[in-house]
Amino acid sequence: MPTRKAGRLPLRVLALGYLAVILLVPVGAVIWRAFGDGIVPVWQAITTPDALHAFWLSLLIAAIVVPLNTVFGIICAVVLVRQRFWGRRLLDAVIDLPFAISPVVIGLALILVYGQAGWLGGWLAEHGVQVIFSLPGMVLATVFVSLPYVVREVAPVLREVGTDQEEAAWTLGASPLRAFLQVTLPAIRWGVAYGVVLTTARALGEFGAVTIVSGRLAGQTETLTLYVENRFEAFDLTGAYAASLTLAVLALLVLLAMTRLQRKEGR
Amino acid sequence: MSILVRNATRRFGDFTALDDVSVEIPSGSLTALLGPSGSGKSTLLRVIAGLERPDAGSVEIDGRDATNLAPQRRGVGFVFQHYAAFKHMTVRENVAFGLKVARRPKAEIRARVEELLELVQLPGLADRYPSQLSGGQRQRMALARSLAVQPSVLLLDEPFGALDARVRKELRAWLRHLHDEVHVTTVFVTHDQEEAMEVADRIVVMNHGRVEQVGGPRDLYEHPSNAFVMGFVGPVTRLGELFIRPHDVEVRRQPNGTTSEAMVERLVHLGFEVRADLVLHDGQRLQAQLSREDAEELELAQGQIVFVRPSRTRQFAEAPAV
Repeated sequence: MPTRKAGRLPLRVLALGYLAVILLVPVGAVIWRAFGDGIVPVWQAITTPDALHAFWLSLLIAAIVVPLNTVFGIICAVVLVRQRFWGRRLLDAVIDLPFAISPVVIGLALILVYGQAGWLGGWLAEHGVQVIFSLPGMVLATVFVSLPYVVREVAPVLREVGTDQEEAAWTLGASPLRAFLQVTLPAIRWGVAYGVVLTTARALGEFGAVTIVSGRLAGQTETLTLYVENRFEAFDLTGAYAASLTLAVLALLVLLAMTRLQRKEGR
Repeated sequence: MSILVRNATRRFGDFTALDDVSVEIPSGSLTALLGPSGSGKSTLLRVIAGLERPDAGSVEIDGRDATNLAPQRRGVGFVFQHYAAFKHMTVRENVAFGLKVARRPKAEIRARVEELLELVQLPGLADRYPSQLSGGQRQRMALARSLAVQPSVLLLDEPFGALDARVRKELRAWLRHLHDEVHVTTVFVTHDQEEAMEVADRIVVMNHGRVEQVGGPRDLYEHPSNAFVMGFVGPVTRLGELFIRPHDVEVRRQPNGTTSEAMVERLVHLGFEVRADLVLHDGQRLQAQLSREDAEELELAQGQIVFVRPSRTRQFAEAPAV
């Protein structure tokens, strides 16, 4: 049909134009602005002690949160897909809670539970564990907001793979754990990888919940996103854009890692 | 090795997949579990494999109680309808999987895999991935994989169900040959009576979670114990209480006193044979199967009036709907 073919070009222009306006122009502008005064001020801005600390803190949080949510996410997906029990639908809905609730609310909720006057906070403080305004609280907040990604990526793949392969492995003598690790896990690895990428990106970019629970102590509980806002509010635009650039580069690296993995697989 | 299932019952919610089923499968036999979908045949196979626990009843394999034994420890090979190939492993790695789990020495694994690939006629494809194989090749790989651990019992769940008609026919004959070579007690599930007749030496006919009849292919065809079996193992027409096979209908051009009048509604040419769909004068329908020569001699044609008489009929005490 000629109309169909004729309709292709406007559609493509529309899609690419939308992407350009919404995504590429702002990201490009950040990069442009960061290098406005050349590379030296940028380098200086991202190598200040506070900036470096924020950088490492963001990576540390991601390094704790991503494995946690990956393992939990896979287990959760297995339970959701393969088991039938009372309350399954409720669990299914609860997992999406972090999508639905604003991160700021999540931060406040964590303070209610783990803060000095909170339900668990007092008891934990007595035992020498400070959650709020320190690393554990920030990890908790990030775990919360990035929880659904692995579950949601893995569950449909797991459903599609089915249980035949795992059962075949059982009849060949493999223990349930071995069958899962050697047969099912490789079969769902793309779902897992994609979930990990999304979780990583979300963990690195988290702002709202972490703002509330961190206390924003420069050089102590300031992640890269918090640092960006700190610099911005201090009218240090070069610092803000330079730190933003670091975040953007990290995100880009994560995306690249994934496309490379996929190309390797694309046999 | 013989298999003995006693009073096995399995329910899924309100649905009773197995209803007090007892079956004995003799050592070295090639048995088909035949029935329509939902008859419980796959559930029975999975109960034997240990992939499904019966709610009640017991399973014995080779004289030992296996009811509570995990599938890992039953010594069964299981082949799935959709192959269940390990897609991220090569053919060689697939076949070697069970041997690796059993920690066999490397040299032995290598030799055994070669031998098995030879047996299933896949030599030279050892380094391919399942995605590079045809359906028939994948299923033969799956068979080699299950045979690698030398199971005492080989179980196949609709093994040819996902293959096209031609490959299906080939693999049927091939499975028969394989069994004659390997002699492992084999049970396969099918809903295709022709497949069961062609491959198996014993057939267990199932319906609604129960065993209707057990016997050899000829036995079932000649002496069905009820209307369901009669209808399931071959074509049949029902006239009142009488059950008639199409080849047991005599067709004549002239009446002879015992015949009734019928009109040829449709003629279907099936190669060597011709099937005539007939309408009797009272409106009842009857199928007749004739050799092509007989049909030509009678000059059968659509719309023609003929005279028919069943040469052989059967009647069952209790005749439930087929």
